[in-house]
Amino acid sequence: MFQTASSTHAPAQEQAISDVELRQVSKIFDGEVAVRGVDLSIRPGEFFSILGPSGCGKTTTLRLISGFEVPSAGDVLIQGQNVKRTPAYRRPVNTVFQSYALFNHMTVWDNVAFGLKIQGCNRQHLQKRVKEALQRVKMETFAQRYPTQLSGGQQQRVALARALVNRPAVMLLDEPLGALDLKLRKQMQIELSTLHRALGITFVLVTHDQEEALSLSNRIAVMRDGYIEQIGSPSEIYERPNTAFVANFIGDTNLLSGQVEALGESMRVKTASGLQISVDSNQMQLPNRYQATSVSVRPEKIHLSSQRRPGVDNCFEGRVKHMMYLGTHVHCVVELTTGDCLTVLQSNQPQHRPDAQMPVYVSWSAEDCRALAA
Amino acid sequence: MSRSAVTDSRPQSQQVKGSGSLLRWRLTRLIGPSVLLGPAGLWLLLLLVVPVLLILRISLVPGLRPEQAITNYGLDNYLQILQPTYLRVLLRSVTFASGTTALCLVVGFPVAYWLALIAPKRWRNLLLVVFILPLWTSSLLRTYAWITLLRTSGVINLVLSSLGLPEQNLMNTTGAVLVGMTYSFLPYMVLILYASLEKLDLRLLEAAADLGASPNVAFWKVTVPQTLPGIAAGGLLVFVTSLGDFVVPTLLGGPSSMTISRLIYNQFLGVSRNWGFGSALSIVLISAVSIAIALLLKYGDRNPDGFS
Repeated sequence: MFQTASSTHAPAQEQAISDVELRQVSKIFDGEVAVRGVDLSIRPGEFFSILGPSGCGKTTTLRLISGFEVPSAGDVLIQGQNVKRTPAYRRPVNTVFQSYALFNHMTVWDNVAFGLKIQGCNRQHLQKRVKEALQRVKMETFAQRYPTQLSGGQQQRVALARALVNRPAVMLLDEPLGALDLKLRKQMQIELSTLHRALGITFVLVTHDQEEALSLSNRIAVMRDGYIEQIGSPSEIYERPNTAFVANFIGDTNLLSGQVEALGESMRVKTASGLQISVDSNQMQLPNRYQATSVSVRPEKIHLSSQRRPGVDNCFEGRVKHMMYLGTHVHCVVELTTGDCLTVLQSNQPQHRPDAQMPVYVSWSAEDCRALAA
Repeated sequence: MSRSAVTDSRPQSQQVKGSGSLLRWRLTRLIGPSVLLGPAGLWLLLLLVVPVLLILRISLVPGLRPEQAITNYGLDNYLQILQPTYLRVLLRSVTFASGTTALCLVVGFPVAYWLALIAPKRWRNLLLVVFILPLWTSSLLRTYAWITLLRTSGVINLVLSSLGLPEQNLMNTTGAVLVGMTYSFLPYMVLILYASLEKLDLRLLEAAADLGASPNVAFWKVTVPQTLPGIAAGGLLVFVTSLGDFVVPTLLGGPSSMTISRLIYNQFLGVSRNWGFGSALSIVLISAVSIAIALLLKYGDRNPDGFS
């Protein structure tokens, strides 16, 4: 199954020290809490993403690691060393900034050589490494240009080279692709991934783009209002979200709120509108009966059919309210007889193309839905 | 694309009309710029270009005195400047001006830095006004205030003698001139540096720290280069104004610190009354300042695309 494949993909050894560790870290700005008691442990060599909507505290979390912010409470450890009191310029991390923050009074070459010069790297060694770094990001022909003479994507590459030339223990990336257009962003995502594999350095990426996080990361931390909602591999986050927020933020989902009706082998949730939804016991996060809950069903897990399908855990009658043709897929909104509306995504095949207003049956199995804390 | 293709935005129908309408259209295009630039242009022409040309003419009349008719032309006035006495005056003027510029930079940069980057935001404007407050009083008055501080029975010497220390001769020294000029021109330097530092992108300092630069290294490698245009502009302004200042050298420098501006003053309004020589000195001063500005404009900004 997909989940197991991704967990072997993670290069972690459980007993190794974390490259970055946050212990109960909080940050308060003038009475505004930006980060609340965050616990994180990032494994060596991992591509770790911090994902969340704007204002969720993800950038502040990254700045706590880089040292631009001092935690109000808690500890920050880099490779086992407590760096809570270490200024940014003494931390073995390098950042690729959202704004690139290239020095526009220096050439590309001098920008990339900046960190090595400060370390007192000898001339020959410095030239070799700067050249190597520029080659890695395919910018060696632009060495004598100034940043203002480069396009956004080229500046992005220089910013990457300027960070990676120092061979940091951890690379921090603060929405590095946010300013690029979609096509360039996709291309840079592939290059980031290649670079990560080639360098073997721990990458910590901050992003609000769920697709970017899913496609690049070994693990993702989803943040909301300064908290971490869930940490897990991309498939865990997508297939088994812990909260309604995570289910909704990562991809599209249908949320049906209700109450836990039955426990044991055949768990059931009853919605206010009267639907009885069977949920697989492994997918049940809530042990208590009568507890308020939201059942999450992904649109692509729902099956549309013209006849009732026997032997399926959940099957309800409704009619197609809207249909949108998306080329590879067909996107339908189905209104159930109870009044609930469900979004359904079907691959584009003739038998899956119902007409609007047509009566249909929606069905999904118990293990394809999940009961979450409301 | 050709120039006319860019500027010619008339509709097609109008273009095919006769050349008369084309001429009228060209004339209307000239009205805008002349309305905008006319008054200032006239001002500059009458009060700068014409007087400078007059002075250039007078400088070519050997030893022209007031009320004297122009009889012959020659370079005698310029050759007179090359006499060691006057070369010393030129050198002294440049020394005073450079010294003042350096002092203003050393004293002004920390003030501007504090105002732009450290001082609480809501107090900044008020603090800036406080720092440029001296500009609102007459420079003559400010210089006289320095006399009461520096003279033999002045405030500083009173304090020294009350402490049992020997009195110092502070007036009519190079130090007095430098202190007086620095005091006079510091606000200009602070203002210009403030404007430059306020625009400094603080994320660049974070980037420098991220790459291992201590605050000290980041200051020299990022802050100073980034504010170099401001440093150059402030330095030039202070240099030029202190080179032309004659109030401070006259009042605080005494007879021994003759500068080019005092010398010019003497030729026109003082005892010497040699308009020809005075004009030649003025032309030298104007040329020196123009060359300095031209050099700054040409080499002050080495980045081809420019940053400010």
